[in-house]
Amino acid sequence: MGMLKDMGHREKIGLALITVALMALPFVLASAGTAWVRIMNFAVLFVLLSLGLNIVVGFAGLLDLGYVAFYAVGAYVYALLASPHFGLHLPFWVILPIGAAVACVAGVILGAPTLRLRGDYLAIVTLGFGEIVRIFMNNLSNPINITNGPKGINRIDSFQIGPVNFAGSDTLAGLVFSGPIKYYYFLMLVLLAVIVINRRLQDSRIGRAWVAIREDEVAAKASGINTRNIKLLAFAMGASFGGIAGGMFAAMQTFVSPESFVLNESIMILAMVVLGGMGNIWGVIAGAVLLSFVPELLRYTVEPVQMALFGKMLVDPEVLRMLVFGLALVLTMRFRPAGLWPETRHRRELSENRA
Amino acid sequence: MSAVLLEARGIGKRFGGVQALKDVSLTIKSGEIYGLIGPNGAGKTTLFNVFTGLYPRDDGEVLFGGSPLHLESPHEVAAAGIARTFQNIRLFGNMTARENVMVGRHVRTRAGVVGAMLRTRAERTEETAIRRRADELLHYVGIADRADDLARHLSYGDQRRLEIARALATEPKLLALDEPAAGMNATETAGLRDLIEGLRRDGLTVLLIEHDVKLVLGLCDRVAVLDYGQKIAEDVPEAVRANPKVIEAYLGTSAH
Repeated sequence: MGMLKDMGHREKIGLALITVALMALPFVLASAGTAWVRIMNFAVLFVLLSLGLNIVVGFAGLLDLGYVAFYAVGAYVYALLASPHFGLHLPFWVILPIGAAVACVAGVILGAPTLRLRGDYLAIVTLGFGEIVRIFMNNLSNPINITNGPKGINRIDSFQIGPVNFAGSDTLAGLVFSGPIKYYYFLMLVLLAVIVINRRLQDSRIGRAWVAIREDEVAAKASGINTRNIKLLAFAMGASFGGIAGGMFAAMQTFVSPESFVLNESIMILAMVVLGGMGNIWGVIAGAVLLSFVPELLRYTVEPVQMALFGKMLVDPEVLRMLVFGLALVLTMRFRPAGLWPETRHRRELSENRA
Repeated sequence: MSAVLLEARGIGKRFGGVQALKDVSLTIKSGEIYGLIGPNGAGKTTLFNVFTGLYPRDDGEVLFGGSPLHLESPHEVAAAGIARTFQNIRLFGNMTARENVMVGRHVRTRAGVVGAMLRTRAERTEETAIRRRADELLHYVGIADRADDLARHLSYGDQRRLEIARALATEPKLLALDEPAAGMNATETAGLRDLIEGLRRDGLTVLLIEHDVKLVLGLCDRVAVLDYGQKIAEDVPEAVRANPKVIEAYLGTSAH
């Protein structure tokens, strides 16, 4: 990777420290309870989803409110190919690419009829698409039972690499690697790959074409960009990332049902992208981590605090969650309309990396 | 006599009940600067948009280098070799000047998603070439020192130049400039004039819409005049200036 070569001494040390911290993190979290490792894993999953959506919304500027549909497609592909439902038990490294491919096709199916739409209109159509996928999952149990309807699919296989099964614990060098910790490391690897791919796409011919379409579609066309294909490509790429995240979600949960893929999830992912800073990979990551962790922190702190202060529960954590969430969005839009960590045009990196 | 580069035959365009263009035919020869003038609302920009595929036409066809242009898709028009600028500058505001020009290279390059993800040798070589060409073009139009600034932070005159650089990046045979001198002061206009003359020296054919009559008559080899969507004259500048129909279109019917 060219990035490493061009880094200064201090940056290298910084990177090493971050790596060590991320490696140690699951064990620190595990000491507070395995639940926290799970929460962390879901945060990473949301980071993956946000980075996928960022391609569509952040780079290409296409407002997609149905992104969770691709997550659902990936999850169901995994569930159907690795559970007793059809009696299929393919290994995960076969299913994840299939899930990505199926989601990619779904992305093109969504993209094709919406190419002429922008802004609000596109948002409405994609919103509808997200709901259609969920309703399909809900009803594809009759006359042939494909998705098992609202009951969902359970007893989904966990990842298995050689003798290591991600469902149970293993002990290595005195350290206990619980299931969630193994998923954590796997997720981190995927995340690293996704970040590298995102950065490379951003600084490529295709990435520039995406941003050009976002900035001025007419000028992009006149400059020779085939806007139809390039937009479809954005939908397809974003959807593929969603599909992969969905597959991992299914394996981690060992259970999927249409309930997990409601409109709220789409909005949540979009909020992560917007709050963090559209178009900026690091901002999007920050937004996703923040929005996945804060609700969990509330869940664990609100009740004890209220009990201690008032002796009874006055406000439900769930209510507070939406309140904080709404407030955060309003404040961000008021004071930092481009997000917490907006896209600073990567001038310096460009001239350093590619001189 | 040089070869015909672009030939428009019987172009017609309606917006609802308004006939914006009616049976407009013109020929642009290779290597010339061809001016298109006319009063406000005469249909100059509409004709431009038809030529570059941004508006679907209702009648007529355009031959470019002898073969019909596929006017339904602007990117194919760009690929065929027509590049344009816009009357109300349309840059990619949040991209740097260099990136704007790099976008213009899109149509002449081919790296795809896979090449970018794997950062293959071919992709890196191409990317370096795109960058180098972009820097050359920024230098050519005289804004090399602004390469790393966001397009929207450039001065008005520099934005006009950047738009020309982006258009040149597509390696056009015909460069269509839509009122490039609009809003420019005298110094900027003089600079623009030098730039356009340089383009001609370098063998490019230029189609120029302009309100600045002095600029048009001084620069152009031939001029066409549009009025109410119809071509009323097409000739060398001196003849156009003396043409009574043109005078009438600009000044109105003289009182008898």
